[in-house]
Amino acid sequence: MIRLESLTKIYPSAHGGAASVDRVSFEVGAGETCVLLGPSGCGKTTTLRMINRLVAPTSGKVFIEGRDTSAADPVELRRTIGYVIQQIGLFPNMTVAENIGVVPRLLNWDRARMRRRAEELLAMLALDPAEFLDRYPNELSGGQAQRVGVARALAADPPVLLMDEPFGAVDPVNREVIQDEFLRMQKALRKTVLFVSHDIDEAVKMADRIAIFRAGRLEQYAAPDELLGRPANEFVASFVGSDRTLKRLRRISVSEVVNGAGGGDHTTAPHAPAVSPTDDLRRVATLFLEQGVDVLRCVDADGHFVGIVTRDAVAARLAAPAGALGASPQ
Amino acid sequence: METLAFILHNLPAIGERTVEHVSIVSVAVGFAILTGVPLGIAITQSQRTADTVLYLGSIVMTIPSIALFGVLIPLLSKIGQGIGYLPAVIAAMLYAQLPIVRNTYTAIRNVDPALRSAAIGMGMSTSQRLLRVEIPIALPVIIAGVRIAVVINIGVTAIAAYIGAGGLGTFISRGISQTDIRQLITGALALALLAIAADYGLLWLQRRLTPKGAAERAG
Repeated sequence: MIRLESLTKIYPSAHGGAASVDRVSFEVGAGETCVLLGPSGCGKTTTLRMINRLVAPTSGKVFIEGRDTSAADPVELRRTIGYVIQQIGLFPNMTVAENIGVVPRLLNWDRARMRRRAEELLAMLALDPAEFLDRYPNELSGGQAQRVGVARALAADPPVLLMDEPFGAVDPVNREVIQDEFLRMQKALRKTVLFVSHDIDEAVKMADRIAIFRAGRLEQYAAPDELLGRPANEFVASFVGSDRTLKRLRRISVSEVVNGAGGGDHTTAPHAPAVSPTDDLRRVATLFLEQGVDVLRCVDADGHFVGIVTRDAVAARLAAPAGALGASPQ
Repeated sequence: METLAFILHNLPAIGERTVEHVSIVSVAVGFAILTGVPLGIAITQSQRTADTVLYLGSIVMTIPSIALFGVLIPLLSKIGQGIGYLPAVIAAMLYAQLPIVRNTYTAIRNVDPALRSAAIGMGMSTSQRLLRVEIPIALPVIIAGVRIAVVINIGVTAIAAYIGAGGLGTFISRGISQTDIRQLITGALALALLAIAADYGLLWLQRRLTPKGAAERAG
C-alpha cells in the first residue's frame, strides 16, 4: 500500500517558483494498479519520482506499507521498489541475465539463485530463457527489451512497482500484447503498481484507479468506470474525451448486466447471439449493432445458459451512478 | 647499407635506449591515467570546472616541449633533478593529461542519461554506478585517449634526450650534432616503429575492453 500525503515539489526559479506538484494526496491499495494520467508537464512523472526519492519532495510525505519513506536511506529504499522507465535503460555492457540480476546482486544474492530467478522471470514474460539469458541488449527487439526491463524491475520481488510510461516506446501492435501480458502477470503477482501514462485508453485498460493531473494538481482520483461515468470537472471530461461512454464499455463485464432490467429465462430469444459472462460490453455493443438485435444470450464456458442481456439493462448500467456498483475487478 | 650496418652493430645500444624510452613513457602515462581519469570523471559534475580544466589542458599542449624543459630546469634544480629522468617524466605526464582527461570527460558525459537514471532508480550507490555501468561503457573512449597520450609522449620523450633523459632521441640529437646520417635514421626509424607498435597494441586492448554488448552488432 502507498499513501501520498500533501506531496509537493517546488522547483526554484527566477519568479519564486511555481509548484510542479501541488499538495497531492491519495492512497493506492495493496495489489492495485494506479495510473497517473495527464498531459505532459502535469507533474505525474515528478510525483512518481518522489516515491523512490529520485526527486526530493519540497514538503509532504510518502508512506509505503505504513512506513514513512523520508526516514529510509534512499539507496536502500530504491532496492525495494521496482522501477521501469520508457527508455528501458538496459545496461549495454551486461547480458540479459546480468541486467535482471542488478538488484539481486546489490542485495548480495548468490549466483545460482540470481540465475534461477532470471530464468523464472523470462519464462513468465514469454521469453525463452535458453535463448535470451546470455544475449546482450543490442540483440533484442524493442518489445523484447521492454519485457526484460519489466523482468529486471521484478527481480528482487519488490512489493511496489513504479512504471514511467513503460510501453510508450513500443509500437502500437506490440504495446497491446505487452499490456495484456502485464495484466495477466499482475493478476498473479498482485504488486502495488504506479504507472505513468498520457494515454487514456492505456489507463482505462490497465488501471484499478486513475489519478488525473493538471498543472501539478490532482483533478480526480477514481476507478476508470467512475472517472468516465462521472468526470469531476470540465478538464477531466475533455481529457477523457467525448467518447468516454464507449471507453467505459471496456471495463464493464457482461456479468454485471446479465438478467438486468428485463429478466427472462432460457426460452427467451433462443436464437439470439451468445456472449460469455467474462466478455466486456464492447462485445455486446458490437453484436447489438452488427446483428441489429436487442437481446443477447449469456452462456458460460461450459455451455450453460446464464441469462439474457438486453439493451435496457446495458443502458441502466451506464446510467447508474458509477461507482455505486463498485469498480469492475481487473 | 651503411645505416643497416650501423643498426646491426648497435643492436644492444638500441635495445637499451628503447627500454629507457618505454620506461619514461609508461611511467608518465601511468601517472597521467591515475590522475587524469578521476579528474575527467570529477569534472563531469560541473560544466564550469570542466571548461576551466580543459582550457588549462589545452594551454599546456601549446607549450613547445623544449620550452617546458627549460622551465623545469630551474624549478627542479632546487631538488637537484634539473635535468635527466624526472623532468622528462613530468613533462610527458603534463602532455598526457589533456587527451586522457578530455576523453574520460566526454565518454562519461555521453553515457545515456536513461542508463544513469535506471542505475540510480534501482538503488546503485554513486561508486557502484561508476564501476558497474558508466566506466565500463566509457572504457573504449578512455583507452582511445590513452592511445593519443602514448603517441604524443613517444615524441615528447625523444626531445627529452636534449636534457639528458636518454631514450631513442639520443640517436637523433647525436646524429644532428655529429652530422651522422646513420644515427639520425636509426633514431627516427626506431621511434616510428615504437609509436606504431604502441598504437596497435593499445588498439587491440581497446577492442578487448569494449563491452561486448556495446560493440557494433555483428553480422
